[in-house]
Amino acid sequence: MLDFWRRYRRNKGAVVGLAILICVILLAALAPVLFPGSPWDMAAAPFLPPGEMGMLLGSDSLGRDVAAGIAHGARISLMVGAVSTICALSVGVTLGAIAGYLGGIADDAVMRFTEFFQTIPSFVLAILLVAIFTPSIGSVVTAIAIVSWPPVARVVRAEFLSLRGREFVQAAEVLGKSRISIVIGDILPNALSPIIVLASLMVATAILLESALSFLGLGDPNLMTWGFLIGTGRSVIRIAWWMSVFPGIAIFLTVLSLNLVGEGLSDALNPRLAGRRAGGAP
Amino acid sequence: MELGKLPGFLARRVVKAAIVVFAIVICNFLLVHAAPGDPASVMAGQSGAADPIFLEQLRRQFGLDQPFHVQLWLYVKSVLMLDLGFSHRQQMPVAVLIAERLPATLLLTGAAFAFAVVGGVTLGALAARQVGRWADSLITIIALTFYATPLFWVGLMLVLVFSVWLEWLPSFGMYSVGMNLTGIAAIIDVARHLLLPALTLGLFYLAVYARLTRATMLEVADQDFVKTARAKGVPEGRVQRAHVLRNALLPVITFAGIQAGQLVGGSILVETVFAWPGIGRLAFDALLARDYAVLLGVFFCTSVIVVLFNLGTDLLYAVIDPRVEVG
Repeated sequence: MLDFWRRYRRNKGAVVGLAILICVILLAALAPVLFPGSPWDMAAAPFLPPGEMGMLLGSDSLGRDVAAGIAHGARISLMVGAVSTICALSVGVTLGAIAGYLGGIADDAVMRFTEFFQTIPSFVLAILLVAIFTPSIGSVVTAIAIVSWPPVARVVRAEFLSLRGREFVQAAEVLGKSRISIVIGDILPNALSPIIVLASLMVATAILLESALSFLGLGDPNLMTWGFLIGTGRSVIRIAWWMSVFPGIAIFLTVLSLNLVGEGLSDALNPRLAGRRAGGAP
Repeated sequence: MELGKLPGFLARRVVKAAIVVFAIVICNFLLVHAAPGDPASVMAGQSGAADPIFLEQLRRQFGLDQPFHVQLWLYVKSVLMLDLGFSHRQQMPVAVLIAERLPATLLLTGAAFAFAVVGGVTLGALAARQVGRWADSLITIIALTFYATPLFWVGLMLVLVFSVWLEWLPSFGMYSVGMNLTGIAAIIDVARHLLLPALTLGLFYLAVYARLTRATMLEVADQDFVKTARAKGVPEGRVQRAHVLRNALLPVITFAGIQAGQLVGGSILVETVFAWPGIGRLAFDALLARDYAVLLGVFFCTSVIVVLFNLGTDLLYAVIDPRVEVG
């Protein structure tokens, strides 16, 4: 563990990313303490610029505190990002494991299915799904999970393909272990590091997707989200720039920190690749 | 690839594309049926739910009292005949609505794509030649930044800076209202309206292509044929352009194909921010009105565009790179 941290620490960007991420998590956790009461409540006069009347980041068209909205929105963004990533991971890992371990027709079928999902415009599909199943936190998470599993399936399949012929897997087969226990107990633990790296990037993408959906008015109508804040700020950008600027910065910092953490994890988990990456893989 | 093998290759790709399109139609059908409530009222949209005559007509057209497979067949048949349904709210066939808006979207995505490819490849090539120096770091930081910024927010910020504060460029629409411009003046007018949306949509992909070009150029630069060219005394600029960059472009083409779907999805957000009169804006208006027929039509059309684009990049790749296996 200490060794892992030492390797992670070598990537300066990743350390900065981790620090930002911890701040965002703290903000989300402390939102009810820092900004007690509902973020939907009127807290001051409408359209107050930042800094006036105790409104740190200004107030919106209905006199709601933008800073409170951002703090409460952090909870939703992180939650949606984490839950939809877990759902997408479970679908992607299952399909990828089936394709990679069984091979043959199963592999072909799963890969065609995955390719199909990668071809269609995923954002349009997500919009359609949320619209048809009416906007709610559940439909948003489901839609994001449905459009984000394909890369997981691909990565897991590739890992399984390369691992299934190894000696420790053959040994497990000779010992008479069942297929399921080989897949879960022997192969999966060895395929974990690329999955972990991918997961951190997927949380970032999921947060971006969620913000885009709620910007279009497809967020859960009962929850305050960053995308919703920017969406309400859009029509009044000429008189209240702060309403759209600050929530956007919150999204940017969160997504950036997750991307940086992902890179750091990748360096720490694959120490041999780290040197090469510095030369510049994308 | 030998040109003689091209027709067979092309035929296989067309068949594959047709299968994908067919699967999309089925996907649409399943969505209509999975939605809560009566399929007819889903196809009519919430606004149409009040009109029993229209609902009855939809039920008859799609045989909603018939067995499932008959319904599927009727649906597939009508979509393949380019009947994408009827927007009760706009009182127009969906296919006509989309066809009207398509040119604006193609102009926007095309401009954004051209900007992203040209800008991205140039920046990536620059970064690869300067590895480790400040220009390289700057380009890497720019790429990281645009990776993490929501597209619609970039659009809003550009509006804030260039339309609200500097008042240089218009912030919405495609033409100036009530000017009735013609000829060159009209083209300049559209170009001025196009600049901000195309920039917004293109910046993210510019970052993607810049990183990709940089990485592949560094990879190619180590290969033997590049050393040979240098040893022969080919000038460095020409080595970079004719030997390194040319080979580094191949992954960019592949990636452009993969990204096509996201570009189209992004155009919905950008068209919403800038009120650009394309199919993205059409989808947003349909969203507000819960006009599902239009949404399903937009999903179908954008998917077909992406499939066609992929077909194009496959073909381009096969023609450019003789090593591609015919398979």
